[in-house]
Amino acid sequence: MTELHSQTLTELAIGLESGDFTSVELTQALLDRVAEHNDKLNAFVTITADEALATAARADAARETGSGGVLNGLPIIHKDIFCTRGIRTTCGSKMLENFVSPYDATVVEKLSAAGAVVLGKSNMDEFAMGSSTETSYFGPVRNPWNLDCTPGGSSGGSSAAVAARIAPAATGTDTGGSIRQPASLTGTVGIKPTYGRVSRYGMIAFASSLDQAGVITRSAEDAARLLGVMAGFDARDSTSIDQPVPDYTLSIGDSIKGLRVGIVREHFDAGLDQQTGARVREAIAVLESLGATTVEVSLPNLDLSVPTYYVVAPAECSSNLSRFDGVRFGHRAEDPEDLLDLYCRSRGEGFGDEVKRRIMTGTYVLSAGYYDAYYLKAQQVRRLIADDFKKAFANVDVIAGPTTPSPAFKLGDKVDDPITMYLNDIYTIGANLAGLPAMSVPCGLVDDLPVGLHLVGAHFTEEILLRFAHQYQQQTDFHTACPEAFK
Amino acid sequence: MMGISSFSGWEVVIGLEVHAQLATKAKIFSGASTAYGAEPNTQACLVDLGYPGVLPVLNEEVVRMATLFGLAVNATVARRSVFARKNYFYPDLPKGYQISQYELPIVEHGELFITDGDGNERRIGITRAHLEEDAGKSIHEGLGASSGIDLNRAGTPLLEIVSEPDLRSAKEAVAYLRKIHTIVRYLGISDGNMQEGSFRCDANVSVRRLGQKVLGTRAELKNLNSFRFIEKAINFEIERQIELIKDGGEVVQETRLYDSDKDETRSMRSKEEANDYRYFPDPDLLPVEISEEYIEAIRVTLPELPDAKQQRFVNDYDLKSDAAAILTTSRALADYFEAVVGATDARAQVAANWVLGELSGALNRENKGIGDSRIAATDLAGLVNRIHDHTISGKIAKQVFEAMWEGEGTADEVIEAKGLEQITDSSAIETIVDRVIAANPGPVEEYKAGKDKLMGFFVGQVMKETQGQANPEQVNQILKAKLND
Amino acid sequence: MYYCVPAEKRLVGAAQAARLVFIRTPELPVPLDKDQVHHIAMLARLKLTDEEYAESVEKLSKIVDFIDQLSQAQTDGVVPMAHPLDAAQRLRPDAISEIDERDTYQENAPAVSGGLYLVPKVIE
Repeated sequence: MTELHSQTLTELAIGLESGDFTSVELTQALLDRVAEHNDKLNAFVTITADEALATAARADAARETGSGGVLNGLPIIHKDIFCTRGIRTTCGSKMLENFVSPYDATVVEKLSAAGAVVLGKSNMDEFAMGSSTETSYFGPVRNPWNLDCTPGGSSGGSSAAVAARIAPAATGTDTGGSIRQPASLTGTVGIKPTYGRVSRYGMIAFASSLDQAGVITRSAEDAARLLGVMAGFDARDSTSIDQPVPDYTLSIGDSIKGLRVGIVREHFDAGLDQQTGARVREAIAVLESLGATTVEVSLPNLDLSVPTYYVVAPAECSSNLSRFDGVRFGHRAEDPEDLLDLYCRSRGEGFGDEVKRRIMTGTYVLSAGYYDAYYLKAQQVRRLIADDFKKAFANVDVIAGPTTPSPAFKLGDKVDDPITMYLNDIYTIGANLAGLPAMSVPCGLVDDLPVGLHLVGAHFTEEILLRFAHQYQQQTDFHTACPEAFK
Repeated sequence: MMGISSFSGWEVVIGLEVHAQLATKAKIFSGASTAYGAEPNTQACLVDLGYPGVLPVLNEEVVRMATLFGLAVNATVARRSVFARKNYFYPDLPKGYQISQYELPIVEHGELFITDGDGNERRIGITRAHLEEDAGKSIHEGLGASSGIDLNRAGTPLLEIVSEPDLRSAKEAVAYLRKIHTIVRYLGISDGNMQEGSFRCDANVSVRRLGQKVLGTRAELKNLNSFRFIEKAINFEIERQIELIKDGGEVVQETRLYDSDKDETRSMRSKEEANDYRYFPDPDLLPVEISEEYIEAIRVTLPELPDAKQQRFVNDYDLKSDAAAILTTSRALADYFEAVVGATDARAQVAANWVLGELSGALNRENKGIGDSRIAATDLAGLVNRIHDHTISGKIAKQVFEAMWEGEGTADEVIEAKGLEQITDSSAIETIVDRVIAANPGPVEEYKAGKDKLMGFFVGQVMKETQGQANPEQVNQILKAKLND
Repeated sequence: MYYCVPAEKRLVGAAQAARLVFIRTPELPVPLDKDQVHHIAMLARLKLTDEEYAESVEKLSKIVDFIDQLSQAQTDGVVPMAHPLDAAQRLRPDAISEIDERDTYQENAPAVSGGLYLVPKVIE
């Protein structure tokens, strides 16, 4: 038998079902992996060993009686942005260092109801603001492929843990690429579904009109399995969409023959690392070999997606993060002189540099005299970008390209230059602005570091994306590659 | 001349912002109760507290109520309205922003009519009415160097109703406010309780010299929590501004707090720090879209409104307009009155007199509303009927009313038990009249000599003998006949 | 401590902001001055150290310069997009669904007394 940690979620489900091992055995094996490797990676903010083993035991009992859910006994990790009842939820911030949520996020509730075992909470950029996990109050996460490199961000703890075979799957959130970019940089599969597909209730908000929860897994099939459980309407989220959730695992086996793949020429321009571009072109060739046709599409306003994003996201975050004022929860400054001092110091001390910078950017673009020039203008450009996609999807089923401009960069390399860091999300941000489903699929290595193929679909076409990815993975084995030190 | 204020040579311009708490069971964006008076923070759920990760979901009832109000004031009800965030930090505002409506409110371009000081009808424009959430409360006493925050009220739905600057005096402002108060209560969308803060008002007040075209700088008066204080606060503010300008000063745009103890307004400097609310559409809430059918379905449920009811009372019941106006100040009072009218053969004005006279007096004495009346409408009609059929006189009726109020039974039971029925037997009255004439030879002589006024004296004597139970008309008749013999 | 920015030094108007975009030289970011950063930090209720101020002036200037690219976009008549999906607000029934869980909720509160959240005394 393959070692437990090496198996995918789907393989583990079969193993549990056939009684090859118990959930307690599996959970213990993975907790041992956590103990062995987390010091190197710093992928976890909180490890919930006792709770995990207790849940696993319950799952084993449920299996005996045949009452377990579809994820019964399968271990996962939650990004520490999801509120977990009774378990600390930090959002990677000093502000919430000691915050214990009194409730579960809908995503957490759904996965738990399906029987998932939660190993712990994964490290992340503070309030999901970052692309390298370096803004975390709990220190940066390291990339299992090269410990000097970033695993991407903001869901870097999730991507590192999955890549290092510590957990078969992890939840993540994606506001501008925070699932797909780390997936790309760690050789894992990451999917951000359509905005409104998964409930945002209990997911600590960064930019409400862009945030969407998703998963990081080892295979498209695993992503399909997990996403099916997480997705769906939630009466507690006004922006969640009341549409039935298909069983994504049913159609992934279907052929992609005759489906059209859009290629954006500008995506392969000077900004893209040549070798990364080569891997992506090879991946597209595989899709063609499977019967898909390629069509050139144009997204003329896409080059404005990063500046648009860096108006919209900070604007929303400046308001979303106002609730952290040291009064009802979170960090509170010692001995405040007066109310103003309480606010300014609690927030000044509780938030890190990048978060403060984004709050200030957002405050600036919404402030009197600037609203029209920045915020309103960005909302208009956002419409142009969304319309570009709409036009493109009239002719194609997916748009394929690189997830990131290059493989993982060294920790510390971009931390001092916000703009360079922001540009790492240049290919991923458009999907968030337009609310489209998108995913990253491992498509090879560049200098021993993984890179990803980015697939974007029209609204509510997760099925098609997953099918493309799964069919691709039937022909390739990039997703099974494991960093040497974590085999 | 438009200006009808008593401040001659000056025109006063007032616009009012009314915050009416909507009478929903649950809050505007959460399922917590809106009930008043609970222990601190026991009705503040995760959404009201602005906990990380929680989201607002709109209560359908507030949309219905706002729509109903819009239709009642002849306004445009927006088919699409948008919630926005108003960002500012304050301890009673848990999220650091208030969810309100800014650019696209649910109600716009309404109007209502008030009667001005000269008895003329005046149209007052309603700029807009929008939905928003209330803030919590700060408690400053008894906590040493701290203030305490109670967020039970946070998230209670408010309809903010903004008037055009069409009001020209404190009295008009009060008349407008009373009209709004009456309308929201008629519609059943707010209890209008000013003590509990469910009906609050801010006033924007400015003055300008008569004939001056541009508006003066306005001050915003806050904390106006009774009709009386509103009038006093506005009048104080008008005088203050006029005096200030006369002395060569300038009115500054600011928020001023009314202090009812000192009867003055004073500047709230603490709130003067740059207000840059950074409004933007709330990304957690989608545009509220309502259909024409929805609006029409709500229009059907519109009750008869005070103006229409008042007119109907004048037309159908032949009431004096002031009586009709008072009777229609609340739906309950108007309904009570109509129930009395429906159960009596007497003229409606008589019923109105009893409702507005004895009954209102008794209720006021006990500080009660019409809903708490100890005499049911049909029972009051019973009393009015006994006057109408001459069983008792109006004077005796007051005595019967008191007994009924004290729970001694219906009018008939009281009349029976106390033997208060009017004496209508002519021969009995004649006997008494004869006795009175015989006992007062002097006055009889004077009367016959032409002192007509003495008739009252004789009637009084007869009524005294009969303990008020003789029919006064008959007494008059018989006395006249005998004395003129 | 905190100092107030005089009105005339506060953020410039939109028209002025738009003009600035055109007069700047491409290599030099529009600098936000320290007063503006102070004003923004004050609006956002963030206390920054002197060092953080210096860094914020520099980095925010770069960011503002970066987002100024938006001024190139031709957006006349384009309806601003506030939501990624074209949907309408769903309404929930007017029903009480919450119970009193004050004690649980206040476990995260740094300072409470008698069920009230405490803040330094607010002077009105």
